[in-house]
Amino acid sequence: MQILRYAIYRFGTMLLTLLVVSVMIFVIINLPPGDYLSNQIAELQATGQTSGVAKAEFLRTEFALDKPLWQQYLIWMGFMPGPHGFSGMIQGNFGWSFEFDLPVAEIVGDTLWLTVLVNLAAVLFVYLVALPLGVLAAARAKTWIDYTAALVGYLGLATPNFLLALILFYYGHKYLNLPIGGLMDPQFEGEPMTFEKMKSILVHLIVPTFVIGTSGTAAMMQRLRANLLDELGKPYVETAVAKGMAESKMLVKYPLRMAFNPFVADIGNLLPSMVSGSVLVSVVLGLQTIGPTLLTALKSQDQFLAGFVLMFVALLTLIGTMISDVLLVILDPRIRYEGREA
Amino acid sequence: MTQLPDGRYVDDAPYDPEASLQQLERKDLDAPNWLLVWRKFRQHKLALVSGIFLLLSYLMLPFAGFIAPYGANERHEEHLYSPPQLVRFFHEGEFLGPYIYPMTAEANLETFQWEFKPDYDDPSRLQFFCKGTEYRLAGLISSRMHLFCAPEGQTVFLWGSDRLGRDIFSRILYGAQLSLTVGLIGITVSFVLGIGFGSVAGYFGGTIDWVINRVIEILRSLPELPLWLALSAAVPSNWSPVAVFFIISIILGILDWPGLARSVRAKFLALREEEFVRAAEMMGASSGRVIRKHLIPNFMSHLIASATLSIPAMILGETALSFLGLGLRAPAVSWGVMLNDAQNLASVDIYPWIAIPMLPIVIVVLAFNFLGDGLRDSLDPYQS
Repeated sequence: MQILRYAIYRFGTMLLTLLVVSVMIFVIINLPPGDYLSNQIAELQATGQTSGVAKAEFLRTEFALDKPLWQQYLIWMGFMPGPHGFSGMIQGNFGWSFEFDLPVAEIVGDTLWLTVLVNLAAVLFVYLVALPLGVLAAARAKTWIDYTAALVGYLGLATPNFLLALILFYYGHKYLNLPIGGLMDPQFEGEPMTFEKMKSILVHLIVPTFVIGTSGTAAMMQRLRANLLDELGKPYVETAVAKGMAESKMLVKYPLRMAFNPFVADIGNLLPSMVSGSVLVSVVLGLQTIGPTLLTALKSQDQFLAGFVLMFVALLTLIGTMISDVLLVILDPRIRYEGREA
Repeated sequence: MTQLPDGRYVDDAPYDPEASLQQLERKDLDAPNWLLVWRKFRQHKLALVSGIFLLLSYLMLPFAGFIAPYGANERHEEHLYSPPQLVRFFHEGEFLGPYIYPMTAEANLETFQWEFKPDYDDPSRLQFFCKGTEYRLAGLISSRMHLFCAPEGQTVFLWGSDRLGRDIFSRILYGAQLSLTVGLIGITVSFVLGIGFGSVAGYFGGTIDWVINRVIEILRSLPELPLWLALSAAVPSNWSPVAVFFIISIILGILDWPGLARSVRAKFLALREEEFVRAAEMMGASSGRVIRKHLIPNFMSHLIASATLSIPAMILGETALSFLGLGLRAPAVSWGVMLNDAQNLASVDIYPWIAIPMLPIVIVVLAFNFLGDGLRDSLDPYQS
């Protein structure tokens, strides 16, 4: 039951972290002077449209934007009763988007699941590609396989994600007839999930997954190679070889298991950069994930929408990291259960 | 081991002439540290080449205006989307020196594109050290002298021109001024914060350590780009390009320090118990002095190597932000701002040269990676 206790402990720290993060996000969102409504009011007054001003003023009190900042935060989170009683994030009310004049939950809707899907696919891609390539590069160190892998890895690290997206997108469409733009064919949008829709989504996922995963794969591959090379120099490997064990069997059985821990633990570093990448790539490729929403919300100072998207992105990475931490403990019994020290 | 016909045994391993260089001799142990580092670094050919390339690039920055034939925002209305012009030396078998064929633009009314036709009968030589648009050398000295410019009444677009008829080659040179320095300023911010927090946490331990550690963990667990986006969206749009540039570099640095602070802290924890620290404390050195004089020099070289490896992330970060329209904005010129034009796939298809700014980005980022790897390997000369 120790694992369960550790999982609960880890969940607790995650919630605390999320609380701190929410304060941080709220502060960042409110850094620009004024808010969406006060800007709108100023604009309406400047153009002499007094009728709109009353509506905007009404919205301001409706969403407690006239209160001091710390109260706004507590109301937003749902720790304090707002104009309509307790109704904040924890009560499941994500706020109102002024730009679209709709509840935030309605705007993000489907995009949340697609965001999770895109990131999950990218993580899977990283593991599936980095694992065999990293092992191969280490087992055949200093041969052309190793050098090719290193070159591809370096290029993957050095090419900005969005450029790779544009290039692949272009050639993928030209030569492989991969679909352009979006995450599904337009006729499936808003439709219930069917087999056809799933197929459409999967085909659309190819390019984004590849693009988002590449830099992560490169980093992961290099790390696995370095770890494995360290292990390969150890005496137990020599013993196994001396006893006449087949190389592939020996590799999988001993050194790979040792080199595997950092590989799993690394997801804590991997996930934030992947989510970053997916936001950028989504904007470039026009995927219906949360990325483009975030960009428009930030540009128009649509604070509740931007705040929610940032919170969601943070939550996604925190949950991912937590899962990897718990997995790590299951994988490696040597890791202490309580409060691992860095 | 092979046995020769005459009965001697010979090692099969190939003879490595560099081997003796790697071996440390007695007198090497007395040699200054930098000499040993340099000797080892020299053997990393790739890192050496990258280092020289980066050095030259940075040295070039103040003279960008001199090397570029045109100003950064100088427009040529007659030459929108002009293709790259090749500099040639031989005209019909005769050496002419560097020359170009003049381009004339013609509107194709069927495709609605400008078509450029080189005039192969009229080679015109490039001019050197000639007068052109005014610029400021290193931002201070006003000058009109350019390294080379187009022949009278013609244009020279080495890498083509963009949708407003601006020379891409010149803009890349001007863009380097911002794109390359953004990383330096960012890394300075990150360095100061990272070393500051990391050393305080590692040296004092206890509650401070706990608090700083949690902050580091939280910051590291968040995706950078959305936070960069949110922070740069907060930059007022009426600020001058220079102010925006500085604030963007600081934003890039603010989110980068946790990684550095973590490694500084780990080093401190390891070194804090060493005898020389104890001795310094016994002799009455203050904490600040112990940190500055005894501890930091011990791993400064490691920090420099890791800094070299995180500069490219900042360069890419600036590019991404500007590309999305939340970083630097026109009239400022950076590589990301230039790529903003390349967002439209259709125009990249027709005019591929507007995507050229991605080449310097990839090359510079690769160079920083190679240099950082080389530095990391060679900074500990006592390890064989």
